[in-house]
Amino acid sequence: MATRKILGYRRENGAVGVRNHVIILPVDDISNAACEAVANNIKGTLAIPHAYGRLQFGEDLELHFRTIIGTGANANVAAVIVIGIEAGWTKKIVDGIAKTGKPVFGFSIEGKGDIRTIADASYKAKEYVQWASELQRTECDLRELYISVKCGESDTTTGLSSCPTVGNVIDKHCADGGTASFGETSELTGAEHIVAAKAANEEVRKEFFAMFEDYTKLVFDQKTNDLSESQPTKGNIAGGLTTIEEKALGNVEKLGKKTKFIGCLPPAVAPTKSGLWFMDTSSAAAEAVTLWAASGAVIHLFPTGQGNVIGHPIEPVIKLTGNPKTMATMSEHIDVDVSKILQGEMTIDEAGDALLDMIVRTANGRHTAAEALGHREFAMTKLYRSA
Amino acid sequence: MIHFLTHDTEDNVGVAVVDIEAGMDLTGRNLSDNKPLKAHSEEAIPLGHKIALKDFKVGDDVIKYACVIGRISADVKTGHHVHTQNLKTKRWA
Repeated sequence: MATRKILGYRRENGAVGVRNHVIILPVDDISNAACEAVANNIKGTLAIPHAYGRLQFGEDLELHFRTIIGTGANANVAAVIVIGIEAGWTKKIVDGIAKTGKPVFGFSIEGKGDIRTIADASYKAKEYVQWASELQRTECDLRELYISVKCGESDTTTGLSSCPTVGNVIDKHCADGGTASFGETSELTGAEHIVAAKAANEEVRKEFFAMFEDYTKLVFDQKTNDLSESQPTKGNIAGGLTTIEEKALGNVEKLGKKTKFIGCLPPAVAPTKSGLWFMDTSSAAAEAVTLWAASGAVIHLFPTGQGNVIGHPIEPVIKLTGNPKTMATMSEHIDVDVSKILQGEMTIDEAGDALLDMIVRTANGRHTAAEALGHREFAMTKLYRSA
Repeated sequence: MIHFLTHDTEDNVGVAVVDIEAGMDLTGRNLSDNKPLKAHSEEAIPLGHKIALKDFKVGDDVIKYACVIGRISADVKTGHHVHTQNLKTKRWA
């Protein structure tokens, strides 16, 4: 199959994005107000407030830096203003993003105050947004897109229809030379043998099991009951899912029938070559999509059963459902309807093609349901308490 | 109209793909070989919920996707609703 073309933004480092955001990125929680003020001053920019960034340490701090730098480095972002309380960590973020070659400038608040910082940053943001507004989309290959996948508010229809539809796209995209990533480590419980069988080799399989067992240990160490109200969730149970095993077996339908995964990524780490990758993530939608966006993913595929509403500030989230009740009650959140699969009126292969069409349209500029509705969930993964 | 689906020939529960009422003769389909199936509902099964395709005793495995999805915690007769009231995880308990 000849690869399809999309109209994307080719960035300075060659990566292909599908959006052209100028973001105002806080290093830490206390710089959110200044970032939001700059975004309010300069139209066409987007502040990405978040909850952390002070007194973190060790692996948790490394993940914080990786997530913030990765978000700025994502090819859906044209240029970045970074604002932090102090100069050291602000510079660290700026230097990390600058490796992509894109315009990035940092401002720190200490010794100056919010008002002067906001003024200085606003001048720079205006310059960036006017520059970015003249960038043109150019023809790129669909295979150049890095796609992430994760389902949410799952029910039994996701395992029957929307997850295998995503699996069909994974098979087609990866066979075409594309890059993709799945995760949700603890939510693979009950289907870990199926995932392990899809590892490209013994080394990858061992690496997957090490990450899986590490996360499972965390769940067992922290749990105060049998998790029957958290996994599956109330929504999952209302939709007919009864156990974590059943949920996991539906979840892994997203991995496709033929594709082997070629490596395991720590959270928010970018793939180093094309193919399917496992990433060690939680199953909370906003946390997981934020990690994938920070690893460079430019489009997310999100199967839902009962109707999850998630979006992300910079990574468009395409939602699909196979549940006819959800289509009837929440259609404004759904980009692709695959509910005909349940009655045998649509094959998984046809559904996969319909989803690929929507990926191309979204890459070319169509706003997803989540973008139109203003969903910009950005949630940092916190590994443990701050110092 | 298809009332329920199974993923694999080994599965001993089906998934309702429409709202099923008690006392209906049901038409189903197995997805791995596309063969038709028959069943009879003894109670209402909402869309997405599971129907027992055999009699289960406490401790029996429930099979879906040709895999174990949990163990039966209260006896279930064929045609009845299989859910949290009679099916529990074997993993996080």
